[in-house]
Amino acid sequence: MLMLEAVLQYRFLQYAIATGILASVLGAVIGVIVVEKRLVMMSGGITHTAYGGVGLGYLAGFEPMIGAFAFAIAAALGMGYIKRKGTFKSDVIIGLFWSLGMALGVLFISMMKGYPPDLSSYLFGNILSVGLTDFTIMALVTAVVLLIVVIFFNYWKAYLFDDKFAEIRGISVPVMDYLIFVMIAVSAVAMIRVTGIILVIALLTAPAAAASLLTAGLGKRMVIAGILGTFFTMGGLWVSYMLDISTGASIVILAVISYFLIWSAVRILAVNAGGRVRNKWMS
Amino acid sequence: MNESRGTAIHVSGLTVAYGNNLALDNVRLDVEIGDYMGIIGPNGGGKSTLLKAVMGLTDIMSGEITIMGKSLREGRNLIGYVPQSTEFDRSFPIDVLEVVLTGMLPIGLKPFRRYSEEEIRQAHYLLGSVGIEHLARNHISALSGGEFQKMLIARALAAKPKILLLDEPTASVDASSRAQIYDLLDELNKEVTIILVTHDLLAISSRVRRLACLNNRLIYHGEPELNEDVVTNLYGCPVDLIAHGVPHRVLKEHGGEDGCSC
Repeated sequence: MLMLEAVLQYRFLQYAIATGILASVLGAVIGVIVVEKRLVMMSGGITHTAYGGVGLGYLAGFEPMIGAFAFAIAAALGMGYIKRKGTFKSDVIIGLFWSLGMALGVLFISMMKGYPPDLSSYLFGNILSVGLTDFTIMALVTAVVLLIVVIFFNYWKAYLFDDKFAEIRGISVPVMDYLIFVMIAVSAVAMIRVTGIILVIALLTAPAAAASLLTAGLGKRMVIAGILGTFFTMGGLWVSYMLDISTGASIVILAVISYFLIWSAVRILAVNAGGRVRNKWMS
Repeated sequence: MNESRGTAIHVSGLTVAYGNNLALDNVRLDVEIGDYMGIIGPNGGGKSTLLKAVMGLTDIMSGEITIMGKSLREGRNLIGYVPQSTEFDRSFPIDVLEVVLTGMLPIGLKPFRRYSEEEIRQAHYLLGSVGIEHLARNHISALSGGEFQKMLIARALAAKPKILLLDEPTASVDASSRAQIYDLLDELNKEVTIILVTHDLLAISSRVRRLACLNNRLIYHGEPELNEDVVTNLYGCPVDLIAHGVPHRVLKEHGGEDGCSC
């Protein structure tokens, strides 16, 4: 059966495609901010902390995604506070939160009686298992994050370019710091169902980094990253359907390979044009 | 605006520490309105920390800072800050005009804030006043060190500051651009008070009107004519002043192994 026929026939595939497109848009917008603000490792730390919440949800008997949101937001606020205080080096804090979250997840699951649940879909994603609830969460998070970014777009640009100057000018930089960390937390957790905790960082960084090679405007980067992300997600979904392999892994491998192909193409074009190509595209 | 009409910045008993390291130790400094003050000192001597403290960007252990007679919180909007161009990611997706426009954003967070036609015209005017209006729509990666610094000055001016703080604005620019930047600052000093952190002793001798020498403590505060003892004390190594006490050259026997950081 062709994939198109299957999409028309099966509801789970329709949810998978709709959720995948939303995840791509969300990942693009947050990803460009993460890449420009150099928060990739912090995003990884926040996302992995969510695993503790998943474990607690299973142990205490509530929806694991609620636990994941709670743990990720708490980690985002905690890391943000410590980072702003400057008491510790950022990478030390990220490493501690990262490992603590994972350790708590393992601990909570090990405390469960009977057979432990299979958490591989949280770790590696399974877009084909998403339902109406997952789709609704993704749609809500995408809408809220997009709205916040669009409403304060010029402030985000000033903040991302030079947060010290923004703070002197009286722009609420602490508010923007925490807002970014919380947006990263909720976006990453919403995307867990697509690529999983371990792989979500690729969906945040690969489309944004590839877009940065192609255009020089912040808004344009978000749009191009969204288009690339959608291509990676749909392409990965198609490959996994055709070859009957892991969807999350297919999406991530396609995204990373595509990034290096785009990077190589831009380099080759720049060398052939005597270094003028990128500047021409960027002006 | 060469005559004094009050105090632009008053700093007293300022102490700032990073962990166990004392960056500023009981510093007292007054900058008069209309002043053009240079701040010199060795690396790690607290020059940039002093600027950060005046802008409220670092926690202070003790001391008091007022800006135009107002508290730091109320007065820091009167400050325009020009950082070093080396602090920036040149690949950031923004063009020259947009950088200047960021200096016009109002305080707080105003939803759906877009730049007006008047603000865009003003940004073009400011770029023209620093001599790079023709680069308005260029990406920042296309600028030379001097052009980048001029763009940052235009951005600082966009906020209509009363005081301009510049942190080594000529550190990574060629000689021609350096002269242009100093000429520009001379012109701007007719309207705003200027505080210039620099290692460029030629600028100190020929441009600024008052001088502060900082090596964690304030070593000297006064006219930009230095004697050998003051500069030796400041840099912590032997110095040789030439040209009537003007510090065109300060290093005498600095071999790089005596622990001094000049």
